Amino acid sequence: MRRLLRAKDRMDAASHEAWPVQRLARVSGVSEAHFARSFKQAFGIPPHRYLLTRRIERATALLRDTDLSITEIAFQTGWESLGTFGRTFRDITGESPGTIRTRGRAAANGLDLVPACFVSAAHRPDLTIAVSEKRRLGAGDINRPHEKEVV
Amino acid sequence: MSQGVEVVGLYVQDQDEALAFYVEKLGFVVHTDVRNGDYRWLTVQHPDQPSFQLGLFVPGPPVLDAATAQALRALVAKGAMPPLVLTVDDCRAAYDRLLGRGVEFTQVPEDRYGSVDASFRDPSGNGWKMIQARR
Repeated sequence: MRRLLRAKDRMDAASHEAWPVQRLARVSGVSEAHFARSFKQAFGIPPHRYLLTRRIERATALLRDTDLSITEIAFQTGWESLGTFGRTFRDITGESPGTIRTRGRAAANGLDLVPACFVSAAHRPDLTIAVSEKRRLGAGDINRPHEKEVV
Repeated sequence: MSQGVEVVGLYVQDQDEALAFYVEKLGFVVHTDVRNGDYRWLTVQHPDQPSFQLGLFVPGPPVLDAATAQALRALVAKGAMPPLVLTVDDCRAAYDRLLGRGVEFTQVPEDRYGSVDASFRDPSGNGWKMIQARR
């Protein structure tokens, strides 16, 4: 478990980098199959999806706190194209990066007493279903209950 | 000051390992280390903060049943315990010092919001944020 946390810490420290399962498994010193299964079991979310939540969290913070362009933020947070970033961001948060930027700035008062990383963590998306699933739900099936995917 | 919070406890995997970490690596001092059978009440203090003790406790009997203790150990190991914040005068200097002593950092010092912060974990998995005090 402590080894799994090490892999998670490494993703946290460098969420802009690519983290294929074999790299994570190497950090943890376990096989790939074992890693993917035990990560999901321990943290309730597959490793790749966890990485997406950290990237979106970081992008949201950059949108709120910096004047970087959305393109720069997309590249800094690890996406290879602006299109993928924009689409994934909307799929996960339900809003465009531009909207989040405007609202985040309007609401950014009173948080200066809370250490920055905890503020940021509070805005981490709660990605309980796969992004593709979320996309599909948004497209149709209005009354379909949210189901947790089984991996 | 005679009123206030005196002890806040952390769950650790192993008290000897935690003691070595908090005393030898972080520079805390032992306040109380008392045993009663298998139970061990162990608290340490920051040298600049004599009114506060950090308890280093192992989840287990007689306070907790075995299943609960095991669940808590797993939670600690996956870093699910609440935030801990250590204030320092100079985050980069403290980082260099602690890194030299073998502390496992999870984030190098970064400038943010007019301060500098870094993150490390104790051997059990408890996550600390180390923040430079604003002047």
